[in-house]
Amino acid sequence: MSVKKYAFKAGLFAALVVFPLLVRDTSLAHLIRSAGTVGLAVLLALGLNFTLGYVGLFDLGYIAFYAIGAYTAAILSIHGWSFWLILPVAVAVAAAIRVLVGVSILRLRGDYLAIVTMGFGEITRLTINNLDFLTNGPKGLPRVGEVIRPVEFFGYQLGLDPSNTDFYYLILAFIALAAVLCRRLEDSRLGREWVAIREDEVAAELMGLPVARLKLLAFTISAAFAAAAGVIFAHWERFVTPESFVFWESILIVAMIVLGGMGSIPGVILGAVILAGTPQLLQAGAEFLTPYLGAGFINYRYLIFGLVMVLMVIFRPQGILPSKRREAELTQKEAGVP
Amino acid sequence: MTTNPVKPLLEVKNVHAVYGRKIRALKGVSVELHAGEIVALIGNNGAGKTTMLKTISGILTPESGEVLYQGRRISGMEPHRIARLGIAHVPEGRHVFPRLTVMENLEMGAYCRKEASLLDEYRRIFDLFPLLGRRRAQLAGTLSGGEQQMLAMGRALMASPKLLMLDEPSMGLSPALVDKIFDIIRKINQLGTPIFLVEQNARKALQVASRGYVLETGNLALSGSASNLLHNKAVRHAYLGIAG
Repeated sequence: MSVKKYAFKAGLFAALVVFPLLVRDTSLAHLIRSAGTVGLAVLLALGLNFTLGYVGLFDLGYIAFYAIGAYTAAILSIHGWSFWLILPVAVAVAAAIRVLVGVSILRLRGDYLAIVTMGFGEITRLTINNLDFLTNGPKGLPRVGEVIRPVEFFGYQLGLDPSNTDFYYLILAFIALAAVLCRRLEDSRLGREWVAIREDEVAAELMGLPVARLKLLAFTISAAFAAAAGVIFAHWERFVTPESFVFWESILIVAMIVLGGMGSIPGVILGAVILAGTPQLLQAGAEFLTPYLGAGFINYRYLIFGLVMVLMVIFRPQGILPSKRREAELTQKEAGVP
Repeated sequence: MTTNPVKPLLEVKNVHAVYGRKIRALKGVSVELHAGEIVALIGNNGAGKTTMLKTISGILTPESGEVLYQGRRISGMEPHRIARLGIAHVPEGRHVFPRLTVMENLEMGAYCRKEASLLDEYRRIFDLFPLLGRRRAQLAGTLSGGEQQMLAMGRALMASPKLLMLDEPSMGLSPALVDKIFDIIRKINQLGTPIFLVEQNARKALQVASRGYVLETGNLALSGSASNLLHNKAVRHAYLGIAG
């Protein structure tokens, strides 16, 4: 059983490692870039899973921390910082902002938290949009004449190869690291503490769990993940604008987690791959599909998303690959729980 | 202040508690509990019994007055810090972790303990509640109401508390189970844990308790030894359903 699982994981990882080598010289080479984009979504979703999946806190402004990571990276890089220095600094900046926000809003529950986080997401985007001296507003960074420095890895400069293979591997490495970290945390004392809070906050507090601090920790870790993804994004695109961080993106990441299975690492990864990958595939397949479906069909993809989400909520609310506990939550009758 | 020379384990001094701005749930109530005792707090719905426990365990902060535990002021402290001092509060409605197993629920109860092995503790709990031992791999949410009550009590005992507070342990249970729960409460006390018991079932509560307090809409109406209260005319009339 578990040997099979390991074999599957190892096989999947090996396949992902060879994938770009196989396609880079073919007409499918653009899929490497698509896979990288999907990979960033996976990183974001794994991060949000800490708040939404483990602790059950609704966060609709999560993309703000992706933005903060990306913009911190862009600004520092323009000033000559290297990627490896920027990475911890941007993560720390995002985490610090998250702590400040969290301290004031984490006493809110459920819908109220969702509304306030949503507000924070929009405030962040609008601030970036208007803070011209720092962010160059809607025109984005870098300004004319400035440049985001390329990522260097032991003297090797990433991104010179136009196939995006370098960044694909960088993102894959981050995902592997993130997945292992998530799994370790899930199995740790901390993981159990989060589950207990999600199950019954009052009881958890009465058992002696410092609930407020533990929530804040999950909240902060998720922001750190988003910021790391943002740093990679900024270095990969070498250009950032506020448009990449709209409210819709926050919703989409929540949807990834719901679709895949809240609190389940494989589920969240799968959800991200499906939701971020489908538009990429539709775009890639556009030339084949257009003759049959008409040129405008790609505009309907969000309609299809919506339909899929509604069907999921009706028929499989626990997600595609749910965690065992979450599945019990949604399928088991609450015998005697008032 | 009191004639008792031994310092009480728990002292609630002239506590006022308010929900929001308007609803005054406790209007200057003083209660004390000594080592080894079972103290019953009885009263009708809305008398402020649950509020009293919430105030002691820190879920509520009193508007005025103070709560002293082992001579130290605990009112105003966060609930998880109060729990760490050895006060275990089994809240009304049990609040077990429904999607954790019985065993995992008990483990959470021992959250604040530092011992490497809690084997003896589990043995003690399973002696008191043999049923929990048989159901240890079951999800707590699938237990019956009575079983959940036992789990909630067992979980609280895992902390090896110096004071156990039970909020309506008999609520919603069959009469046979009610008897069983009260037997267990007596047993826990005999093993050395003082208990602060909040109950609507006044007769049962006063039968196991050594002393009792009667709360009426936020005020202390009566107090005294449990046997005195059991024979008090007003108590018999109002809470025991005996005319005259």
